[in-house]
This record gives sequence, C-alpha cells and structure tokens, in this order.
Amino acid sequence: MLSSAGSCPAASPREVVMGPFLDPFLENEFLVRALLAGVLVSISCAIVGTFVVLRGLAFIGDALAHGVLPGIAGALLLGLPGMVGATVGALAMIAGVSLITRRSRLSSDTAIGLLFVAMLALGVVMVSSSSSFAGDLVGILFGQILGTSVESLAVQAAATVVVGGVAFVCARPFLLLSFDPEQADVAGFPSRRYHAIMLLLVALTVIVSFQTVGTLLVFGMLLAPAGAAALLAHRVGAMMAIGAVIGAISSYVGLLISYHFDVAAGATMVLVASAIFFAVLAGTNIRERLTADGREPDAPATGPL
Amino acid sequence: MSAPRPVGEAPAIAARDLSVGYRGVPLVAGIYLVVPSHSSLALVGTNGSGKSTLLRTLVGLLPAVAGSLVVLGARPGGAPRRLAYGAQFHASGFVLPLRAIEVVRMARYPERGLLGRLRSEDHDLVEWAMETMGVRDLARSPLRSLSGGQQQRVYLAQALARQADLVVLDEPTAGLDAGGRELYLQAFAAELARGASIVTATHDIAEAAEYDQVLLLARRVVALGPGADVLTADRLLETFGILVRDRHEEHRGRFVVAERARGAPQVVDVGRDEQP
Repeated sequence: MLSSAGSCPAASPREVVMGPFLDPFLENEFLVRALLAGVLVSISCAIVGTFVVLRGLAFIGDALAHGVLPGIAGALLLGLPGMVGATVGALAMIAGVSLITRRSRLSSDTAIGLLFVAMLALGVVMVSSSSSFAGDLVGILFGQILGTSVESLAVQAAATVVVGGVAFVCARPFLLLSFDPEQADVAGFPSRRYHAIMLLLVALTVIVSFQTVGTLLVFGMLLAPAGAAALLAHRVGAMMAIGAVIGAISSYVGLLISYHFDVAAGATMVLVASAIFFAVLAGTNIRERLTADGREPDAPATGPL
Repeated sequence: MSAPRPVGEAPAIAARDLSVGYRGVPLVAGIYLVVPSHSSLALVGTNGSGKSTLLRTLVGLLPAVAGSLVVLGARPGGAPRRLAYGAQFHASGFVLPLRAIEVVRMARYPERGLLGRLRSEDHDLVEWAMETMGVRDLARSPLRSLSGGQQQRVYLAQALARQADLVVLDEPTAGLDAGGRELYLQAFAAELARGASIVTATHDIAEAAEYDQVLLLARRVVALGPGADVLTADRLLETFGILVRDRHEEHRGRFVVAERARGAPQVVDVGRDEQP
C-alpha cells in the first residue's frame, strides 16, 4: 500500500505490528494454499449452511458427515479415489434417511441417529482392519488442510462454483421451501425435488471438504458461520454473505493460531467459527434484553432463534 | 394495477363423490361440489371436521382418497399459475431472515419461474397488495419483527398479489383485528369482482353468510347451499353438536363418524349449481 504522508510515517513499526499476522502466509506457500482452501470451504459452507440452518437440516448434515466415512474407507481399501467412496457413502446415507423418514410416521430421529452412528462404526471397523490406515482415519475425520495440494484446491473451487450456481438457479424454490414447503408445492416448485437438490448440495459440500477440514469438522463450518449470520441478517442473501465472511475470518484466524501455537489447523478453524457463533449469540441476547424494557409485552412476535 | 386477467367460464372446482383424508383413510366422503367461476364458497365446521383436509386436497397437497376432482380444468395442483393458497398461520417464517415485501414477492414466482426477472407490473402488484392489506408501511420490516396479526396481513397480501383465478384460504381472518378483518372483506369482494373464485374455511358464521355457497362439515357433509338455506339453527347444531359429543367421548365419537364415512354417500343439496 502507498504510504501516504502522515498516516504511516515509518515502515518498520507497521511491520512489527503486522508481522505475526502476515509473515506466516508470505513465507509459507502451504499456508496460502490452506487459507485458499479454507475460504473456498467457507463460501460453499455459507451457501449450503444457510439452508441447513433455515430448514433445520442440521441432523441430516451430521448424518452425511458420518455416512461418508465408510465410503472413503471402502474406496481406500479398493484403491479407488476417496472422493468416489465419499460420494457413494453420502448417497447411501441420503437414501437411508429418506427411506426411514418416508416409512415412519412418527419422528424418525432415533432410526436416523442409529443409522449414522452405525455408518461411523462401520467406517472405523473398516479402517481398523488394516493397520496402515490408522493415520488415514484421523486425516479423514479431521482433515489435512495444511497438506492441501493444488489439485484439491481446483476440486474445491469447482465444487464451490457448482454449489453457488445451483443455489443461484434454485434460489426461488429454496426460499419458498424454507418459508413453507407447501407454498413451494402449490407454486409449482415440487418441494420433494428441490429438497433432494438441497441435500445433494449438502452432500457435495461434505464430500469435497473431507480433504480440508475433514468429514466431522465440516459440519461445524456448515453450522457455525451460517448460524451466526442468521442472528445478524435480515435477508437470505445477506445471511450467506455474512456467513462466508465469518467462515473466511475463522479460516485465517484458525490457521494463524495453529501456526503460532502448533495446534491442529482444521479443528482450530472450527473452534474459532464456533466461538464467533457463541459471541454473536450472547451479543444479540444482551441487545434484546436491553431493548426489551421499552417494548410492549406482546407487540413483536419473537421467533425461536 | 394491471388489467384483470380474464377468467374462463368453466367451474373453478367440480367434485363428484369425492372422499378426502389422509393416507387413504377417508375423513369426509361423498362430496358433490361445484364452485362456478366468479363465486365463493365457505367451509364451516369445528376443528377436525375436515375443512383443512378438503382445502389441502383442492390445492393438490393431498391426493383425493376417492372420487373425481377437477380444479381449474386440471388435476388439483396442475395449474399453479392460476391458484393461490393461504394455509393457516404458520410459524416457519420466524426463523427466516426475510422482509415482509419479499414474502409478498413470492406470489409472483410461479408466473416468472426460476430465473425470470420480476417485471414492473409484478412490483406494482406487490405494492398494491400490501397497500390493500394495510401493510405497505411494513414492507421493509423483518417478518419476524411483526406481530401475528401483521404477519397474517402479509400472507393475505401474498395471496392477493398472486392474481389467481382460484383463491383458497384457510381461516384468513384468524388473528386479524377489526381493521384487518374489514380490509380482508373489501379485498375479498374485489377479488370476486375481478372474476376470481374464493374458497375459505372460517369459524365466523356471520362472515360465511356473505358467501355464495356454504358447506357445513362435521367429518361428513351436513349441508351445502346458499347461506340463507344452510345456516339454520338445526343444521348448525348438527354441525357443531356431533363434534361436541366427539370431544367428550372421543373414541365413541370417532367410531360413529367412521361408520358414517363407510356408509352410503351423503346426498347433498348442490343448491342452484348444476352438476358437471
């Protein structure tokens, strides 16, 4: 940046201040790749996570995060790319969940909960069958963002473009679906079709990010930034944008903490995102309590969020 | 406001020996019903009498259990651009970060599809509908900051902005204050004048009397016809009396109704309208 007279008189104090925040990225190419991967994950997670939060799909997101593990393990056993296995696992999970949901009239969360723990257990059993996989399991569950390759960055970018493109085309049915699925049906946008497309986007996001933040932690990146944004935004588009910014900040701060204190990068990113969520939650609660006094008791309907 | 859309002369709704219910189990059987275009029908009955079930079947959200049903010249739900449906007040809007005007804009989505830009006539309709329901000042307010009655007005504005040939509303005046009720009744009259047909479920007997036809429901068709003929003390007692007993002796009441549903179709008076 140009040092305009007065505002920035000397270069050295600025370097002292900014050094610990910028130098790791200037000196280590792997950190730049990790940051890019984190930003790309943040964008697709903000878009998809917005609908996960608005439609209450957190449970299914979690199920997908567990369901891809045996798929990845199976692919590694067969010598296939992990992404192929993750796709099969995710599709199997969606099929299983929708079958249970359609068959049972009552709340299906017991069956679904059991299904996804069973999938996780199956994945662990498969991985433990071969001792050479021991390290892979941690990598699959928690990601290896510091080892992000140029190829996986390209895959991540392509997935982000697909997620963004589909969300743009389906913006109206997705909004109707979040507002009221029956309104979507009556308006001629079949809720079942667009619900399926939404689930596929969640699956795509989970599958692609298993290399960066890992299958378990991607769930945090789906929920935390979008959840914080839901508390702040008054429009769906704004919610996505705020979510993406929170995700990107979390990636940057997480990587920085991980670099300076030598702790797990992906997990730190998710921790930072969660911390932001709870800070926003606390902030909005305090603000509501402060403004509640001057308000008629029954005038504004306050939602469950 | 743009010019009213011409409405065909075929009946908006024609039902013959229709049974409605959930999962193949009839709740109300043997419904014969014709709603001509440019006319109104009120469904009156207690909670659980089948009003919402019938409305949901009319708009295609529920498959008919038996019988034939033609809505707007197609299968139910087959003409989404000509249909508006306002369900009972729902809470899902609370979580959504949405402004009131965006809810009303949704009314124009069927017309414009996935990617078609809303035109100036769409924006005019949205503005007019919000003005009609007295919520134009709230257009930029977050939906979740509005009171229940204000939200209900926004939903009714959405139904108006659809400019549909058939408007189906489930308890549209529930939760409205006196002013909102009056605005709704005016808008309702204007929709009829435009040439639309209106079907609503209501608990308000006085309001129902304003409709061209009234259908009394008590898990069966008690009566169908012009309000003056149908809204008699005997029939209202029949409509609401059965379900009072049902409420006290739930299982016995259900059994009685289920037996009736299996029996011969109710012969109902279709009033001045002819069968299709």
